[in-house]
Amino acid sequence: MATDLAIEAEGLRKSYGDVRALDGVDLQVPAGTVLGLLGPNGAGKTTAVRILTTLLPPDGGSARVAGLDVARQAPQLRSKIGLAGQYAAVDENLTGAENLEMVGRLYHLPKGEPRVRATELLERFDLSDAADRLVRTYSGGMRRRLDLAAALVARPPVLFLDEPTTGLDPRSRIALWETIEGRVADGTTVLLTTQYLDEADRLADRISVIDRGHVIAEGSSDELKDQLGGERLDVTLEDEADTEAAIAALESLAAERPTRVDGVLRMPIRERKGAIGAAVIRLNEAGIGIDDVAMRRPSLDDVFLTLTGHTAEAEDGDGAGPEEER
Amino acid sequence: MSSFRYAVSDTLVLAKRSLLRIPRAPDLLLSFTVQPIMFVLLFAYVFGGAIETPGYSYIDFLMPGIIVQTMSFGGFVTALGLSEDLKKGLIDRFRSLPMSRAAVLAGRTLADIVTNSISIVVMLVVGVIAGFAFDASLLNIAVGIVLLLLFGYAFSWVFAFVGLTSTSPEAAQSLGFIVIFPLTFVSSAFVPVDSMPGALQTFAEINPFTVVVDAMRSLFLGAPAGNNVWGAFAWSLGITAVFAVLSVRRYKRAVVR
Repeated sequence: MATDLAIEAEGLRKSYGDVRALDGVDLQVPAGTVLGLLGPNGAGKTTAVRILTTLLPPDGGSARVAGLDVARQAPQLRSKIGLAGQYAAVDENLTGAENLEMVGRLYHLPKGEPRVRATELLERFDLSDAADRLVRTYSGGMRRRLDLAAALVARPPVLFLDEPTTGLDPRSRIALWETIEGRVADGTTVLLTTQYLDEADRLADRISVIDRGHVIAEGSSDELKDQLGGERLDVTLEDEADTEAAIAALESLAAERPTRVDGVLRMPIRERKGAIGAAVIRLNEAGIGIDDVAMRRPSLDDVFLTLTGHTAEAEDGDGAGPEEER
Repeated sequence: MSSFRYAVSDTLVLAKRSLLRIPRAPDLLLSFTVQPIMFVLLFAYVFGGAIETPGYSYIDFLMPGIIVQTMSFGGFVTALGLSEDLKKGLIDRFRSLPMSRAAVLAGRTLADIVTNSISIVVMLVVGVIAGFAFDASLLNIAVGIVLLLLFGYAFSWVFAFVGLTSTSPEAAQSLGFIVIFPLTFVSSAFVPVDSMPGALQTFAEINPFTVVVDAMRSLFLGAPAGNNVWGAFAWSLGITAVFAVLSVRRYKRAVVR
């Protein structure tokens, strides 16, 4: 069934000198949904946002946002989008209220409306008390909230959020998430870039994983986790020197050779039932001391590591270890 | 509303933004009040006794020159401001809004006219106290003040371009000084041109600063003008046009650094 696409990009390409920031990126975001654009620093996330918000012309490919072509219909498009960036792009020498009113005027809202919207938004973002204070006295979290409020002044149907919570404390992050969820509930389409998987997991309906200018995976959070297969056992040993012995002892339980991440042995397992008990018994028999054993479902972190890690490893020979049955 | 009226209202919104900054960051105010006073007093009393200016007292000779120099530097606020806006991502926000592509620059340069006016008033008051006397009709004085503001406006656009092209606010400021400072000195602003060595003299004679300063001397002091007044207006308009086009083009593809 065809859905209305609020954002549609085909084969976007952009190079800076020799560096290919985007190398044929396709994106499709149905109206009223959230796409999480996930990737490490330098993957091309910001470049994609800059192209879709008319700040940067692509070298190749095409994109439509809210039904308008980003290259040919940029002036009309700009009144339908809101952008909140990695920087809190607000004027430090204006008050919170003055900042929002200025943005409202520049969106050409009808007379009187900028002030009304400013008051409403300051209220909603819990900034009413600070409305008449200069922004340079604001905390980082307050600036980010004001920045997001500025992106919402004209009630744009499509919102671009470029790493909106980078550098925020946990409480401010959660507050900002709730605000974004509120906008989505009202029917706004959101494209969100982030390096944080929990953020994508919580906010995004669908996720595109981007690395070195390519979309390397696409799907819902659950779909991406399923691609990675089943559950795994995380084992922390009392003595790291026992690692090889532990791997040998647990071999018949493993679906794949275990990996070590931050001192924890990660072992994809064949069969969930009885796995913890069996692992404890075998390690005991082998005389290996255990600090902690836990059953884990793959997190989006695992998906991300596997996806981006595998591309790097593939160059020096595929597969880190022997695959038993699949 | 037509797009022209939007462009005007966008420009006014942004000019207001620049002006609101002044009382809030008063350190900036020093640069167009105290600094000009300092220059007038230093030149008048330190160099005044040593420089021969046939036909004029040094303070009369100096005032048109030093006001022109001050006008040419008034635009550094634009360079500084644009460079900061770029660094903080504000230019990105503005470029994502459905506003005129020239408004950010036009707003800032317009605000410079206000601060340059303050500088003119301050300097004339100090100059008069130090002994400067107009020798001109009110009309000529008024035309002179318009010329000063127009010349300052032209250099605001030069600084706009500098602000958009340099890598940091500090670099923008020093680049501006390195380019403009020598130009103001190798002109008729502070010494008679015929006291300079040959090569410098040739340069000073074609230097737009000389044209504008001589025009100001004729408008404020009744000195023989030649074509200097027309020339001064032509230079001001020409510099404005060239740098406005360059700056707006630059703004359209400005990138965050």
